Amino acid sequence: MPLQLEVVSPERRVFTDEVDMVVVPGRNGQLGILPHHTPLISSLGVGELRIKKGDTEQSLLISGGFVEVRPDKVIVMADLAEHSDEIDEARAVEARRQAEAELQQTKDPVDIARVRASLQTALMRERIATRRRSRG
Amino acid sequence: MPSLKDIRGRIGSVRNIAQITRAMEMVAASRMKRAQEAILAARPYADELEATLERVAGAANLDEDVDPLLANRPVRRAAIIVITTDRGLAGSLNANATRSVLRWVADRAASRNGDAQVEIEAITVGRKGRDALRRAGVPIAAHFPQLGDRPSFSDVTPIARLVTEDFLSEKYDEIDIAYSTFVSTLAQKPEIDTILPIQRPEMAEETERTNDEYLFEPSPGAVLRRLLPHYVAIGIYRAVLENQASEQSARMIAMRNSTDNANELIDDLTLVYNKTRQATITREMIEIASGAEALGG
Repeated sequence: MPLQLEVVSPERRVFTDEVDMVVVPGRNGQLGILPHHTPLISSLGVGELRIKKGDTEQSLLISGGFVEVRPDKVIVMADLAEHSDEIDEARAVEARRQAEAELQQTKDPVDIARVRASLQTALMRERIATRRRSRG
Repeated sequence: MPSLKDIRGRIGSVRNIAQITRAMEMVAASRMKRAQEAILAARPYADELEATLERVAGAANLDEDVDPLLANRPVRRAAIIVITTDRGLAGSLNANATRSVLRWVADRAASRNGDAQVEIEAITVGRKGRDALRRAGVPIAAHFPQLGDRPSFSDVTPIARLVTEDFLSEKYDEIDIAYSTFVSTLAQKPEIDTILPIQRPEMAEETERTNDEYLFEPSPGAVLRRLLPHYVAIGIYRAVLENQASEQSARMIAMRNSTDNANELIDDLTLVYNKTRQATITREMIEIASGAEALGG
């Protein structure tokens, strides 16, 4: 039995399909979900959401939010969700450099936390883009 | 009586106005479509978040011990987020919205809490609301410019963070939000909702029963503490999107009416122009005829 997966962000529905397996970046590490998983609600960190269907694998960049595994489907509510092929590698690198430079200058602890979060997202974006290119 | 040249000039300028209002109508129509799509696109997330919150709420008892965002304190100070537009030419949209806010402020200020009067401050998003509230003498604690044509979720997070912090620090005991909801292309309704303290979602018995099977990572309380701020932000985001669609539809209708009025005016002026022209010709002919008669006689 396949798994009904839905990925939504506040701005749009990003993904909806039946899949074989999904790996989500939980706050306390990766979380692999197969059909008939126990109902679960977890918060998400920044990372890659991997979707396996047959021989193909897709990946999405996820930042923050929640996952709920219901008996009938899996719902990922992400603050930010981007398809890997939507990511522009050059821009990701640029954003990462900018965040790094900004981190050097900020003093306010609240700002530091914010810049760290955007740096983390930028790094993950870059990593997903690089991997996609190496895969061809 | 205006000369032919004057009337021609007026017809020309009214025609130019009609051209501009017609163009604005078309722009507003296409933006309205986009804004409506944005409301629809945001709906799945909001619905799912609410469903998840209900489930979490069943496992962790929803009260202020679990999360201070749920604390119902006696209201001494309240803040209202007022969402309006930066630009005008949107019919009575902003006037209606600010009128409903001022009425609400007057009502709240009159309702006494013990001896103390409820103090109300406004947080404005959009220039029109800020200007109107300033004129009415409502204190404005913060102002944000309107969030552009395609507001994104990250645009509203600073507003959400501000009100959440002010609520937690007990600067305010209640946060409300005023915006114009999009009923249809022809109708927009001013709306005021309470966003903090978070209103407990209605819980069906059924959801309560299924809760026992759920695993919470790391714990129901921890998930709830992360969920609730999202709930606040999505409430604000939804209001911003509604207001966006309302603005565009109100502007579209206002511009359509002005175009119609301008065209009517052109018709009237053309009639006057033709009558005047006719009168001039008749007068000139009489002059020529009587001139010839005088010479011949």
